[in-house]
Amino acid sequence: MTATMAAPAAVGVDHLAALESEAVHIIREVVAEFDRPVLLFSGGKDSAVLLHLARRAMHPAPLPFPLLHVDTGHNFPEVIAYRDRLVTDLGLRLHVAAVQDWIDDGRLTERPDGTRNPLQIVPLLDTLAEYRFDAVFGGARRDEDRARAKERIVSLRDAFGGWDPRRQRPELWNLYNGRHVAGEHVRVFPLSNWTELDVWTYIARRDVPVPSIYFAHEREVFARDGMWLTAGEWGGPRDGEQVVTKSVRYRTVGDASCTGAVESCATTIEEVLAELTTSRITERGATRADDRLSEAAMEDRKREGYF
Amino acid sequence: MAEVMPSPCKQVSEPTPRPCKQVSEPTPRPCKQVSGLLRLTTAGSVDDGKSTLVGRLLHDTQSILADQLAAVDRATRARGGSELDLALFTDGLRAEREQGITIDVAYRYFATPTRKFILADCPGHVQYTRNTVTGASTAELAVVLVDARNGLVEQTRRHLAVMAFLRVPHVVLAVNKMDLVGFAEPTFRRIESHFTAVASALGVPEMVSVPISALHGDNVVTRSELTPWYHGPTLLEHLETVPVGREAVAEPMRFPVQLVLRPRTADYPDYRGLAGRVASGVLELGDEVVALPSGARSTVAGIDTPDGPVLQATAGQSVTVLLGDEIDAGRGEVLARPAQAPQVVTELNADLCWLSEQPLRPGARVLIKHGTCTVRAIVTALTGRLDLDTLRHSEPPAMLALNEIGCAHIRLAAPLAVDSYAANRHTGSFLVIDTANGNTLAAGLVTAA
Repeated sequence: MTATMAAPAAVGVDHLAALESEAVHIIREVVAEFDRPVLLFSGGKDSAVLLHLARRAMHPAPLPFPLLHVDTGHNFPEVIAYRDRLVTDLGLRLHVAAVQDWIDDGRLTERPDGTRNPLQIVPLLDTLAEYRFDAVFGGARRDEDRARAKERIVSLRDAFGGWDPRRQRPELWNLYNGRHVAGEHVRVFPLSNWTELDVWTYIARRDVPVPSIYFAHEREVFARDGMWLTAGEWGGPRDGEQVVTKSVRYRTVGDASCTGAVESCATTIEEVLAELTTSRITERGATRADDRLSEAAMEDRKREGYF
Repeated sequence: MAEVMPSPCKQVSEPTPRPCKQVSEPTPRPCKQVSGLLRLTTAGSVDDGKSTLVGRLLHDTQSILADQLAAVDRATRARGGSELDLALFTDGLRAEREQGITIDVAYRYFATPTRKFILADCPGHVQYTRNTVTGASTAELAVVLVDARNGLVEQTRRHLAVMAFLRVPHVVLAVNKMDLVGFAEPTFRRIESHFTAVASALGVPEMVSVPISALHGDNVVTRSELTPWYHGPTLLEHLETVPVGREAVAEPMRFPVQLVLRPRTADYPDYRGLAGRVASGVLELGDEVVALPSGARSTVAGIDTPDGPVLQATAGQSVTVLLGDEIDAGRGEVLARPAQAPQVVTELNADLCWLSEQPLRPGARVLIKHGTCTVRAIVTALTGRLDLDTLRHSEPPAMLALNEIGCAHIRLAAPLAVDSYAANRHTGSFLVIDTANGNTLAAGLVTAA
């Protein structure tokens, strides 16, 4: 029997193992206490790690809840291919709420600046209501943003999906209070205490698959607002913006029209980790145009029901 | 060893030895396993420089990146300031920045090559008790700040009392603004001895004092040349080396069952695993266990992880337990060794820290969430109220208001398997929940079953 034992190093020796056990505990609490959980899956690295943790939490049983992708339509093809392959290989259920459908039938209007990140809120809330999802797993981390630093692990949302930071429940010990009345739901953030570096270290340790655009590749990009944006039909390049070919990688995956790439030569996880430990810019600062709108851009979106 | 924190309730049964007793004993082998992570909290009176200290720790450990610094710099100048306002890192919400106050607990992350730190940064005034209790509930260490010019003030005493009440195992006294008293040793020693006296009266098990200047960085991360008389560690050195996690590992084993995994797939047709996280102690293959409150007995036939079976699991680890017998042990049950089992009770005495604006009155019908079990309950009596300033207990109060700590007698609709909080922070704690809207009303600490 001893021969089949997993090496003790795999569990319980360092902070990453502690974070993993915490996340698994949170996921199991929610599966046990809620009727209809769902996991928000963007295809980004955080949702990839979240999905991996959820499968570990339920192992050897299959994942007892579906995934939901709120699709802006401004996608990186590599991410969609990765998503579909994962869903097929692992036998998962996936709902897609496409922002384009809401625009087509008039429930949403395209923004003048063309970005669709804020437009995800309505399709998200409509889909949660349609399927009566009562617990929504998300990969958000507290280190990403100052508003998220104040977020609970299990966080109540009112009937409009809104977050009211002044009415949050105190979260004590490891006891998560997810009680809610009809129409309300909770958002659950098992990666609350993880940092970007923790996520990548975990991806390396557990061999979690992530989309190829997280690694350096040649891409046609143009400069805007101090970021390298990918050329595409959704808004670029405009007049005067010159397209160049560069070796880049993405640190976050979002709406392709406002997610910037960083110049990089890191083609392996080890190189990505080495790059991160010397980086002097946060991932959102480096790559998200929408968070630069104001000091409280994320707080404002969260109040309206954003992830 | 100081006695336990005075409770408004009489301790009926003697708690098992305080976790702190293990600190100086030889390290049990599994203890090393949780040392890579330290959860800490800060407490300090308004203007003791708490936000500056947190900013300093983040800054000097290179945890603040260039764009965050630029954002804080912009915000500082927008408010008419000139020197970088480190406090702006910790005020995350629009209302906080507009009003210049911190409303809610914020979580901060920093790391050194030896440890990762999760810091629950608690506001000094608004919703003070509610936030401090939240931060202290998961903290293994608390940094209590004192202004060297003022010494211990009433609020420091209250902070310390809350840390002692929540049994935060390690407390650090940071005597701040030493630059404003000329780095004078007698000032530091005077505050240290006053603080130590108060702390030991409260039952704080372990304490370290550090003279610092958060503003200039003395003894926070780098050793100060201005305190040649100080031979102890810098604040960060202490945070990096303080032994944590031993307490939970040394306690009797508790395994609250979260859910039963029954895949019923071709590969696992008869698999029945109890999924959970070891709350305390060490769970070992072959252990004889009792499931409580049901009382069914079995043996641990396997400890499963997605990476394969393991021989043991220690406090904090999430695993899946396979039992030797088909007993009825699902969510809400706690596995323990029969000789060291928790008490199964249908009534209990507890300290309640009341967190709701709606006061508590005797006769209130509530929900108790304890471990993985939620039961209906009635608060049958309020038997005392703790005065954090005098640390005396009042006569039975008519009610318990927001931020007050009192002792209650509670009757349960169904049995719970509990320990006293003094013996086990996990199985001795619970939430009091509003039956109507589901809000969390109180933090509960079992004093006696």
